[in-house]
Amino acid sequence: MSLLEIRDLNVRFATTDGEVSAVNGINLDLERGATLGIVGESGSGKSQLSFALMGLLARNGRATGSVRFDGTEILNAPPAVLNKIRARRIAMVFQDPMTSLNPYMRVSDQMAEVLMLHKGMGKAQAVAESATMLDAVKIPDAKGRIRLYPHEFSGGMRQRVMIAMALLCRPDLLIADEPTTALDVTVQAQIMELLADLQRDFGMAMVLITHDLGVIAGSAERVMVMYGGRVMERASVDPLFADPAHPYTQGLLAAIPRVDQKGDKLSAIPGSPPNMTHPPAGCPFAPRCAYPLAICQQVMPPLQGFAPGRERACHVEIEVVRAGHAPLPDLPEPAAADLDEAQQLSDLIPEESAHDR
Amino acid sequence: MIDSQQMQSLAARMSETEVKGRSPWADARRRFRRNKAAMVSLCVLALVALFAIFGNTLAVWSNEEMDFNVIGQAAQLGAPSLENGHYFGTDDLGRDLFSRTVQGTQVSLMVGLIGAAIAVIVGTLYGATAGYVGGRTDAIMMRTVDILLAIPYMFVLILLLVVFGRSLSMLFLGIGLISWLEMSRIVRGQTLSLKNREFIEAARATGVPAWKIILRHIVPNLLGVVAVYATLLVPLMILSESFISFLGLGVQEPLTSWGALISEGAGTMNYGTLWQLAFPLFFFCITLFAFFFVGDGLRDALDPKDR
Amino acid sequence: MFGFILRRLAVAIPTLLLLIVLSFLLMYAAPGGPFTQERALPPQVLANLNAKYGLDDPLWRQIVNYVWGIVAHFDFGPSFIYPDRSVNQIIAAGFPITLTYGGIAFVVAVAVGVSLGVTAAIRQNTWLDYCAVGLSIGAQVLPNFVMAPILVLVFTLWLGWLPGGGWGGPIFWIMPVIALSTSFMASIARITRSSMLEVLSSNHIRTARAKGLPERAVILRHALKPAMLPVISYLGPAFVTMITGSVVVDMYFSTGGIGRSFVDSALNRDYAVMMGITILVGALTILFSLVVDLLYAWIDPKIRY
Repeated sequence: MSLLEIRDLNVRFATTDGEVSAVNGINLDLERGATLGIVGESGSGKSQLSFALMGLLARNGRATGSVRFDGTEILNAPPAVLNKIRARRIAMVFQDPMTSLNPYMRVSDQMAEVLMLHKGMGKAQAVAESATMLDAVKIPDAKGRIRLYPHEFSGGMRQRVMIAMALLCRPDLLIADEPTTALDVTVQAQIMELLADLQRDFGMAMVLITHDLGVIAGSAERVMVMYGGRVMERASVDPLFADPAHPYTQGLLAAIPRVDQKGDKLSAIPGSPPNMTHPPAGCPFAPRCAYPLAICQQVMPPLQGFAPGRERACHVEIEVVRAGHAPLPDLPEPAAADLDEAQQLSDLIPEESAHDR
Repeated sequence: MIDSQQMQSLAARMSETEVKGRSPWADARRRFRRNKAAMVSLCVLALVALFAIFGNTLAVWSNEEMDFNVIGQAAQLGAPSLENGHYFGTDDLGRDLFSRTVQGTQVSLMVGLIGAAIAVIVGTLYGATAGYVGGRTDAIMMRTVDILLAIPYMFVLILLLVVFGRSLSMLFLGIGLISWLEMSRIVRGQTLSLKNREFIEAARATGVPAWKIILRHIVPNLLGVVAVYATLLVPLMILSESFISFLGLGVQEPLTSWGALISEGAGTMNYGTLWQLAFPLFFFCITLFAFFFVGDGLRDALDPKDR
Repeated sequence: MFGFILRRLAVAIPTLLLLIVLSFLLMYAAPGGPFTQERALPPQVLANLNAKYGLDDPLWRQIVNYVWGIVAHFDFGPSFIYPDRSVNQIIAAGFPITLTYGGIAFVVAVAVGVSLGVTAAIRQNTWLDYCAVGLSIGAQVLPNFVMAPILVLVFTLWLGWLPGGGWGGPIFWIMPVIALSTSFMASIARITRSSMLEVLSSNHIRTARAKGLPERAVILRHALKPAMLPVISYLGPAFVTMITGSVVVDMYFSTGGIGRSFVDSALNRDYAVMMGITILVGALTILFSLVVDLLYAWIDPKIRY
């Protein structure tokens, strides 16, 4: 039995402009101690996927399907069930450490309450234990600084606090939602290294959500590429990077700046993510795809294995994709209306956009 | 009460949409039309305005005439009736309450609109100047606002009315001049945040003159905030005037206003002449309601959020 | 902290002095005032005034005398109308009453308003929420001078449960408190609700939920404090409006607070009493806004003193 089994997970948001589907029919298995990377642009549904399984969707969000954690169904479970799993067995590190810590409480209080709640510790013991954990995430002078408020830490240090807080109960699974996006590049590397070390030391499974393939390359074993709320490709890290089997993955890889390939033009994927209020009938990526077929507009390709441990959802022949280099079609400039729709989508999902304002 | 947090959110929203380069007004109009409470309120306001303008042509009695049949027996004979032409009944002195309510509506609406207009004009000019000039001028101007805000304005207003005599124009001026403070703060804040935006800097760098920048970029942004604020300010002005008139310190006889009428009605209600309270109160309440709904609807249309 | 208070006082004290000086000048310039000698004042009053201000002294001297009297001795001088009463006596008679029902009304408005707002936010889009929102919108158009007659109509004239006015035991407090607190309660409930909704959708609340805290702890420990910030900023203006409202309560319920003295003195042109009360209210307002600022700074650690 896997640690985490997700079957046909759908997430929809009821908005005044209609229903927005953020996640469509995701299936997923995660073994103990394994690391899974989830990659996709903003709006691809990757964060909502993680919120759904923790029961943290915004008020207007509804999740359907099944999520079993260690054999227990946790999707839409009553609060009593969820609260025994949250932080104790599944912990989360959120994208924006500036706003994800409570700015009105001392770090000591925010951390200690987790241990007091789940481990029944007294206040003093909980604070001492929290300080030890801050030490473990390499915050200098942890004993002294635990008394500070979040705004008295730098961005990187705040993310370390978030991580320490998540690890307090030694969870079986850590979900890190864009843990380094809000940070400087140098700090990013430190945080990723720290996460890798801690994962090894604590022996926990990890879901690493990011839009940055570079982050995945160094940390994850398997990768799931998401677009428009669907899985586009799933494989181990090495084959995915060496031999991307989906046009979208290809596009993502081409968009990474590389030092070793001087002179190559950095290519962006043309167009913008689909408007999920009126999701396309076929493949959501079809309008931006470099190898569009007629069928792509009508039918969503199923996620199918094509090699051991590798799956992709694409109508285009693998050889065609592999041959690649088909010139990208000249798409018209995205109309202003499309941009608005994309903007609206991010407006409609309040939890993700709250800090952008 | 105008919720300053929501006003700031609106202000932020208005400058945000300017950056995105699309007019928030087209969307807002659509959203406003869908807001039933606001649309109904708009109709109510139109009806109240018609009542104020054309009410007198329907009245059988003038507002000053005393009906000698009724004097002294207002409780028995002064009740609302279609037969003797007192649609809303009479007051204690036998004067026709219908025409007095028409007059009270005229006065109260006028005080509300003119007071709000003064507040909006002064507040916008003051705030925009402070924000656009900046520096020490700004600091001094806003500190002055801080100081003025600490003064219990209703007491000072009454003081002014007593010292300089109780005239309508004094009431307009007093109420208007005291209410511009919050407005100037919001306008200043928004001007400040707009001033340093890239598109304004770009305009300045390419040699667009200052007045054009203000007209093309700052004023359109202020417009939303000002419109919402003004709409919400009118009922507050009416409230202030009614408050003062209720105390007998506002408009003087033979002029009257909703506050004065409510005060009279409240004073005589134990004689069983409830209509004297009910009619002015009814107009007062529905108008205030309508203004609040329209203001809120306008704000929600311009700054849609799940509240 | 100490420096913060000092800096606030550095603004507050000049404000107050300015208010006093302007009031005096207004009184000095007022047509029909004692200083213009258009009106024949009772000889005893003139004697009082002369003793107090020295009417023959230059203006600046009179101002200094007035300010000094207030600052050093808390002495607002003699009344212009009553030969045997000073402004201090008039204030001393009414102020405790105003303070009693005003204080109760304030506490009631905050306590009920906040609980109503929080409940409405938690149960957003349920009948409870709609009731609270409807109530708070309704109360906006029912200011104290509308509430007062309606209350008397219902509870005194129709039901005969409560005395229609006067001042005595707690039974006399009920209607003044309700009349004064309703519209604030409504405003506070509205503000609390919208700020609570805002906070509940913020990132750090999601973190708190992810910790497995029960909803109760999420709200009480994590959401309430930040949600209170807009409410606290509103308390300053609310205080002013409430004191203003007490004038109506005093007038309508004959409670005998300072509001009555204020209106009477306004009708009688007893400028000294008007000044005295205006300055007192101004001082209270400034003091209160200082308390509000301290409260704000206590909740929000990002505000440095």
